[in-house]
Amino acid sequence: MDVRSEIIAQFRHVAREQDRRLPPLTDQMELLNSGLDSLCFAIIVTRLETSLGIDPFSTSEDARFPVTLGDFINFYEHAAK
Amino acid sequence: MFGREASLSWNDLLRGTVLAGHDNDLCGRSILVATTSQLYAAAILVEFDGVASRIILYPPDLSLDHLGFVADRAGADVIVSDRLSNPLDTVACVSPSNWTRLTRNPDRDVQHETEWVLLTSGTTGRPKLVVHALASLTGAIETGRASGVVWSTFYDIRRYGGLQIFLRAALTGTSLVLSSAQESTADFLVRAASHRVTHISGTPSHWRRALMSSAAHLITPEYVRLSGEIADQTILNQLRAVYPQARIAHAFATTEAGVAFDVNDGQAGFPAGALENTPNVEMKLENRTLRVRSNRTAHCYLGDQHQTLRDGEGFVNTGDVLELREDRYHFVGRGDGMINVGGMKVYPEEVEAVINGHPEVEMSLVHTKKNPITGALVVADVVLKSAPEAACGEVRIDILRHCREALPSHKVPATINFVPALAVADTGKLIRFHA
Repeated sequence: MDVRSEIIAQFRHVAREQDRRLPPLTDQMELLNSGLDSLCFAIIVTRLETSLGIDPFSTSEDARFPVTLGDFINFYEHAAK
Repeated sequence: MFGREASLSWNDLLRGTVLAGHDNDLCGRSILVATTSQLYAAAILVEFDGVASRIILYPPDLSLDHLGFVADRAGADVIVSDRLSNPLDTVACVSPSNWTRLTRNPDRDVQHETEWVLLTSGTTGRPKLVVHALASLTGAIETGRASGVVWSTFYDIRRYGGLQIFLRAALTGTSLVLSSAQESTADFLVRAASHRVTHISGTPSHWRRALMSSAAHLITPEYVRLSGEIADQTILNQLRAVYPQARIAHAFATTEAGVAFDVNDGQAGFPAGALENTPNVEMKLENRTLRVRSNRTAHCYLGDQHQTLRDGEGFVNTGDVLELREDRYHFVGRGDGMINVGGMKVYPEEVEAVINGHPEVEMSLVHTKKNPITGALVVADVVLKSAPEAACGEVRIDILRHCREALPSHKVPATINFVPALAVADTGKLIRFHA
């Protein structure tokens, strides 16, 4: 499964579920400006663990938190290798 | 004290009122503070401690549906609200005024030992009213004036963790930057940075969110404090990386048990010796669950004879289950199954009750799933009555919609798994996999 498209799909899906309006999903978009709150991100991470089989937040203890959507996607793509 | 819209000095708070025209009527009364503004709540606490018989702090994130219940349980004489309409027609409501200087002597005599009432979630979904006194709330605070310190907290000061920081600032005469529910994390960090915050506290979830913002780099705190949830090694390491100059401490404290101890070595869990060697706090384990006795614990629950807060020996059962690994105790979860989603309590039973109300559902089991962002999330295993396999997707969406209509978002399951059956014990109860 393509990591990038799965992540974008989950952002859209969770935003719809939680009644949030997403800005255009560019790599430069700061996650905190996405209109999603911690709970939304928590749900996205859980759903991605189910669909992609990885949770890089839990596996890497010293990870810096991704700030932009691009960082977030890189973080998952790196873990999926 | 710096709020988002306004600021007040401690001297202003001691010499003025935000209830002009009412301040003399409230001596010996029970005041329910249900303002949206933290600054009003702070002003009322300073003005009416020692004057009112009871001050009840209604947190801004708690639905106003519980206001009548809380007012009734607390015997509220008056509700202070800055909302446009009176939130409850059975109790007198007062709107706060602009700050007004009083002519009276600020060094008033204490007329009452005011009860400070904090609200926490209960199993039934209704809040529990936890009674403290100023003495129990300030038991862990070293007084004396501190210079150069500017406190801030991601917590609202009407929650125990935030109230601790408010009282620390008040008792040491230091500045305090208040957060605001109307402000993004990034904007709050920008404001905290502009006030040169040196000491700042929040839950691990608050901190994870802060670290997702580039604004996290704007502050350079000397002291970073975590409480309210289990602090795992990952968040401690991440804070160490972003704030190499800071002392990073995680505290064990609950609304009922008060502040038990701080851990300052940057490691998750706490040294086994702390159980016996913490000054002024006695701790013991019963069935792996931590019990705490000290002069910082709450006094009782209000208005419910059936709920005991302290056992016969005066210990408070924290409900937190510990595990000993290599001479360190680690928190592994809750004995009562309560789920802590980013510092917000969820009891599985209240979510199951909603899910079970869906016409297609036979029974359900709600449990926790570990999560790196909020510490934990709510997930549900559901047995359907007879829905055909193909319709499961639609039923799942419909159950989630049903949950969202009845529950705040942190209580709505993040995932629903359909299972053929759930294990039931001989007692007739669902078998729950608690920590």
